[in-house]
Amino acid sequence: MRFYPLLLAMLFVASPLRAEVMEVYDFDTRAEEQRYQNLIAELRCPKCQNQNIADSNAPISKDMRDEVYLMMQQGASNDEIVGALVDRFGEFVQYKPPVDKRTIFLWAFPAIAVIGGLLIVAGVVMRSRKQGQQETALSPEEKARVEQMLADKDQPSER
Amino acid sequence: MYPELGQLALILALLLSVLLAVVPLAGALTGRDSLQAFARPLASGMFVFTGLAFAILTHAFLVDDFSVAYVANNSNSMLPWYYKFSAVWGGHEGSLLLWILMLTGWTLAVAIFSRRLPSTMVSQVLAVMGMVCVGFFLFIIVTSNPFDRLLPNVPADGQDLNPLLQDIGLIMHPPMLYMGYVGFSVAFAFAIAALINGRLDAAWARWSRPWTTVAWSFLTIGIALGSWWAYYELGWGGWWFWDPVENASLLPWLSGTALMHSLAVTEKRGVFKSWTVLLAIVTFALSLLGTFLVRSGVLTSVHAFASDPERGSFLLMLLGITVVGSLLLYAFRAPVVHVRSRYGSLSREIFLLLNNVLLVSATLLVAIGTLYPLVLDYLDAGKLSIGEPFFNTTFSPLAVATGLLLGAGIFSRWKKTDGGMLARKLLWPLAISLVATAAVMVNYGSFAPWAFAGVFTAIWIAVATLWDLWDKSASRQGRLHGLKRQSRSYWGMVLGHLGVAMVMAGATVVSNYGVERDVRMTPGDSAMVGDYEIVFTDIGERQGANFTAQYGSFNVFLDGKLVTDLHPEKRNYPVGMSVMTEADIDAGLFRDVFVAVGERISDDAWAIRLQYKPLVRWLWLGSLVMAIGGFLAIADKRYRIRVKAEEKQKAQAGNTAPGKPAEASS
Amino acid sequence: MRRLLLFVPLLIAVGIGVFLFAGIGKDPTKLESARIGKPVPEFQLQDLHDPEHMLDTSVFQGQVSLLNVWAEWCPSCWDEHEYLMHLASNEGVRIVGLNYKDQRETAFSFLGRLGNPYETIIFDPRGSLGFDLGVYGAPETYVIDADGVVRYRHVGVVNERVWQEVLLPVFNQAKGNS
Repeated sequence: MRFYPLLLAMLFVASPLRAEVMEVYDFDTRAEEQRYQNLIAELRCPKCQNQNIADSNAPISKDMRDEVYLMMQQGASNDEIVGALVDRFGEFVQYKPPVDKRTIFLWAFPAIAVIGGLLIVAGVVMRSRKQGQQETALSPEEKARVEQMLADKDQPSER
Repeated sequence: MYPELGQLALILALLLSVLLAVVPLAGALTGRDSLQAFARPLASGMFVFTGLAFAILTHAFLVDDFSVAYVANNSNSMLPWYYKFSAVWGGHEGSLLLWILMLTGWTLAVAIFSRRLPSTMVSQVLAVMGMVCVGFFLFIIVTSNPFDRLLPNVPADGQDLNPLLQDIGLIMHPPMLYMGYVGFSVAFAFAIAALINGRLDAAWARWSRPWTTVAWSFLTIGIALGSWWAYYELGWGGWWFWDPVENASLLPWLSGTALMHSLAVTEKRGVFKSWTVLLAIVTFALSLLGTFLVRSGVLTSVHAFASDPERGSFLLMLLGITVVGSLLLYAFRAPVVHVRSRYGSLSREIFLLLNNVLLVSATLLVAIGTLYPLVLDYLDAGKLSIGEPFFNTTFSPLAVATGLLLGAGIFSRWKKTDGGMLARKLLWPLAISLVATAAVMVNYGSFAPWAFAGVFTAIWIAVATLWDLWDKSASRQGRLHGLKRQSRSYWGMVLGHLGVAMVMAGATVVSNYGVERDVRMTPGDSAMVGDYEIVFTDIGERQGANFTAQYGSFNVFLDGKLVTDLHPEKRNYPVGMSVMTEADIDAGLFRDVFVAVGERISDDAWAIRLQYKPLVRWLWLGSLVMAIGGFLAIADKRYRIRVKAEEKQKAQAGNTAPGKPAEASS
Repeated sequence: MRRLLLFVPLLIAVGIGVFLFAGIGKDPTKLESARIGKPVPEFQLQDLHDPEHMLDTSVFQGQVSLLNVWAEWCPSCWDEHEYLMHLASNEGVRIVGLNYKDQRETAFSFLGRLGNPYETIIFDPRGSLGFDLGVYGAPETYVIDADGVVRYRHVGVVNERVWQEVLLPVFNQAKGNS
């Protein structure tokens, strides 16, 4: 029953989940064309269910794509373009999280995890080595027992 | 009348699951065989009633019974019958019913295939699975009943299945995924049973392995199907978006891979037991987390079912009880005393431990990246988005490191590997890999550092795997004999690793060397994508089963020769009032050429999306190879030899003096 | 000591559970405006009723107002309009309208049918002011203070509950400061 609102919502935006090319822009070079494709893939549609503006048919996505193209034509850099959109719509529209004190843990995590893991493995290896050393050293009592057992071995077995 | 029977069947199944959770466990703890004997019949009964409920729901779809709310929301009289069938799991309630069906199915499978396990163990394992079933039965009956009726206002027709779901890939994707998710509950149950009865040994690891491997194989197929479907159906040629729901499926896969490898070490060497148990618990917990994320509305995703706070809370409670309960049990009962075992710094044990470190790091990375926005929002620190740019940058190095380790680790030995020997063994594979990678770079026409790293790692894995196969299959009776002599378990490993190499190769090449262009074309125009020339010849109309379409015709040329015709179309589904773009793809083993029709820009000009996707099929073929490897591994003889050895032992035990118990093989 | 370490996974799980629980029921698509604390962006747009008359940010100077983004094609705007009429006539709230990506004819027909609660209506057919404000879907309602600074943005329908619990406090605070 609760499905209805979602379904109704979907009806009002024609095929929000399908990537339809709605406009074609002209670029001077293939490199610029590629740069545009990369930029629109990294920007998020503010009202969609997690889509970038390249794949979204929402009107706001189209407006954002227009702005990206416009700013590219005006010679803006990638940072400036993303910054202009973040200024208006918030950092939500960037798929690449900024590096600041909130996200430092996030970005540093792979390094932390791997280094931490390597330390654990090093610890495991060292512990194993220590155990091995302890095992190989026999105390005098143990040595005597070993000799006793070896001597017993020469006796015929009782079994 | 039937839907009410369906509801009744579910309630009966719930009752049986409660009994299953309690009775055999009581029997195991008090040593009463009579109680333990209930386990198998209860599991059968539970499955039968769940199957009945599922059959009744399916029947309701096939006869267009729109008095059932779920059918009315997800079906339509014009829907082809095979989509009516798959619509059963097209929405929340029905997919949950599918989930439970599989859960009861796996429970029954464990009951059937565990005759050689000690009965106390089986009872405990089945009891734990029964507990999980109880939770899900309660969830479905209380919050998500698929048999709710719309009486007395029965709609004349249904809302139709979302056109996106009217597709073969989407039909298979949920069942395969759920087989994987639910399958990990078996390893979980084994782990909990071992913690309860304190018998955490190599035997436990050996019993858990095949179940884990099968679940992993299904999950691999499920994820690959989702990726493949997204690629050809969504029209943008993407195959992975790092969407929260996609990540939710990747988490148990990564953790499950670590678990598979850790179980191998625990089985062979009896070490890392505590760690392996934790992985078994965590992997299933991640499966449950995935279920929660998809159905609770906590994270935004195109894949999410309609969000409902009531369901979300119930599911979180279920998740909480399961995870907290099992982790508490773990904290109190897991062994802290280390098994005394020596292994050198280059031993196989250490390589596999490093493998686990990397896989678990990857798991944590994906989990953190997925949940971080939630945490920041909770702390009122803003609404962030974490997507592809983040994950690609951070995940790739881990993948490459894991792959490099794989190649080297193949030549490692248990307990101790001589460093010099290892280095010498790796020289030739290293040289071959470097040369081959360079050749690939030349073939695709450009060098990029990450392209190099990814391709090199993929080739490195493949070369090392095949080299080891070559070494092991040396035989005086000829190579073929040597190959046949290898166990299925070994072949499973070979295929598994080759599959990974293929996936890595596909992912690297298509990401770095793929070309995507949006161009304006009128009939008669041509455009280049990669080395291919696409000529737009015509566009017209055609009628389908429940849609009308604009039907385009394109010719594809390579070096002046016609390769194929492509016919992408834009479909209009009147019932759902939606428009779907159906791309047409010329699929090849080494590349895809992809054409999709976009908006009409003017009277005769259309926006056309062209894509050149080298090696993209390797993503899914590689996954298939991995899964085949998994299935092959569990078909290994040793899982059958045990039966014969045990039967022999039992026969002998019958002949020896009374009081000497027949030992379970270990 | 080792035993204590085994409790770490449990603690992590509980922590995650807390965040997940907090997230239930929240709407992940409701975004906070990036323009809060910043002045309304500069614009030069026609008055809906008088094409000769150009409006700019001075329309917000001097008193606290609501800026309501609406359009004829937006179904929820039809739902909230009655309450906006109530706010304007009974509560004396000054509402400036931003007619977003609409046409004059349809806008007039909407106002004709449902009434006009707006003191002024900015005609933004291309959505340029909307874009600069960060509007991503109608209806949206902003609280703008007497200096023309954005104080708050509400996404979605404005009704009694929203007004009392969400907008009125901000509105009063903006009044108090200016």
